[in-house]
Amino acid sequence: MSFNLVEFLKSLVSLTVFDYVRQVWGDTPGVEIVLDIIGVLVVSTFCLLIVIFLIWLERKVIARIQDRIGPNRVGGRYGLLQTVADVLKLLTKEDITPAGADKVAYNLAPLTIVMAALLMWAVMPFAPGVIGVDLNVGVFYVMAVSSVSVVSLLLAGWGSNNKYALLGAFRSVAQLVSYEVPMILSLLIPILLARSMSTEQIIAAQDVPFIIMAPLSALIFFISALAETGRTPFDLLEAESEIVAGFHVEYGGMKFGMFFLAEFVSTLFMSGLFATLYLGGYRFFGLENLVIGDMEIGRLLGLIVFFVKMFTIYFIFIWIRGTLPRVRVDQLLNFNWKFLVPVTLVLILVVAILDKLAGGAGIWTRTVVQLVGNGVVGLVALELMRRAARRYRREQEAMVMTRRELASAPAEVTVSSH
Amino acid sequence: MVEQIVFILVSLFTLITAVVVVTNRNLFHAALALMASFLGVAGLYVLLDAGFLAAAQLLVYIGAISILIIFAIMLTRRLMHALESPFNSQWGLGAFTAVVAFAVMAGVIAQFWPVTPDSVTPLASRPEVSASILRGSVAELGRALVSSDAYVIPFEIASVLLLAALIGAIVVAWPKAEDE
Repeated sequence: MSFNLVEFLKSLVSLTVFDYVRQVWGDTPGVEIVLDIIGVLVVSTFCLLIVIFLIWLERKVIARIQDRIGPNRVGGRYGLLQTVADVLKLLTKEDITPAGADKVAYNLAPLTIVMAALLMWAVMPFAPGVIGVDLNVGVFYVMAVSSVSVVSLLLAGWGSNNKYALLGAFRSVAQLVSYEVPMILSLLIPILLARSMSTEQIIAAQDVPFIIMAPLSALIFFISALAETGRTPFDLLEAESEIVAGFHVEYGGMKFGMFFLAEFVSTLFMSGLFATLYLGGYRFFGLENLVIGDMEIGRLLGLIVFFVKMFTIYFIFIWIRGTLPRVRVDQLLNFNWKFLVPVTLVLILVVAILDKLAGGAGIWTRTVVQLVGNGVVGLVALELMRRAARRYRREQEAMVMTRRELASAPAEVTVSSH
Repeated sequence: MVEQIVFILVSLFTLITAVVVVTNRNLFHAALALMASFLGVAGLYVLLDAGFLAAAQLLVYIGAISILIIFAIMLTRRLMHALESPFNSQWGLGAFTAVVAFAVMAGVIAQFWPVTPDSVTPLASRPEVSASILRGSVAELGRALVSSDAYVIPFEIASVLLLAALIGAIVVAWPKAEDE
């Protein structure tokens, strides 16, 4: 088969260009290596460039929520080039290393955090067959790679030789390590329902999206994803309106920019992961397998469906950031260890038992059974929390009352002595 | 061929960083090198098609154990620029243990050499593993951990041990009565 430009462009549109190249030049190791490198370059360039759009989107949306206009000067009346200008500014800034910093750690931290954020995309299924590598441990791989970013935070905090940076790093690590627990536990539920850790297999198993089958697990995953990416209401690592910054207080220029880059890339990844695990990824009523004439248009449509889902979730991330207040650090940790983790553990047990009981039944029976199970666990958890809150309030009121009595008691004594 | 070049590079990376761990006089940098060495071991697992082990290596050794080591260094040593000697009074004993451990492992490996049945050395060609086994390897591993004719006893004992350690940690960290 010889090279044909029209066929090549056709395969480019239907996202089968790698298969076409393999057909033309043969399936040799040399071709495979070149294709692998091109794939890595395309995915990571996409991730790095989309951040420019994400920052613009975030600023615009938050501005509308707060009744402002947002960027409207650079690049037309919608400020489309604002972020490009910001990036250029960051790039041209002087590259500073603070005196007394640990140079190795200080310079390594921004690199490793961006690398970890990019590596996660390797298992993201963009469209049918369009995936970096379909690992049989896909979801586990994501958790493993994202745990490396904790190391980067410690490196940054320690390497800066600044006690506030180090304290910020400790706080960040406490938050990330804590919220990793409910996140991994809630991820077990789609894995359990799909009987696989591969992202492709999980999508294939979602004839009914898992958000209908396991809404509580989706909610828990969403909350812990907010905390893992350090976004409002869990953004006290950074808390831009209260403290200067967390672990990256000593960073400037593009090194500082890289921390932000990693944050945006991993937030988008978490939205994509949510879409993959709970919303059925690129699936939309068989649209992903559509063939018109001899054009396999399905992959392209699948890609569009996936992007719509991913950006919907991302929009909710921004929406929450624009509307919710920040929690305190004790609330953050109490909520995690005293509420999220126990609820998730119970939920896993319930889902596993129901799945075993209703395993042989049809898909809709299973869905209804799981939905009821999720609902019961959620309602019981809410009721327990309401009771605990009522008891806490009563204790507080009782404490205030006794304090008032103690305060008024000496006054009575003086009155009676007269 | 490509695989062997990658193997040599990954092994070199693992060994060099391991040497840095024991020779670097800055404890913090030694901990970083230890992390890099763990990463190299994860790379070796990937080369052996053991994806689950590689991810577990990343999650447990880099994501948890190294963090613990770094916290220990940060909280116990005097900060940044303290240089420590890599030798202490027990270096002779340590060297002896290392040599014995190496000898035992080398002996065990030599018994199974060459690995492939038709006495082709594994350096020349890697024994093929069928794709179906690789795809189901995680499920197989999970089943082996809870099946009674495989690892259920070690698995349960390990979980009891971990639970005991957790409770022990809580008891140690519990505030004493007179502190309150």
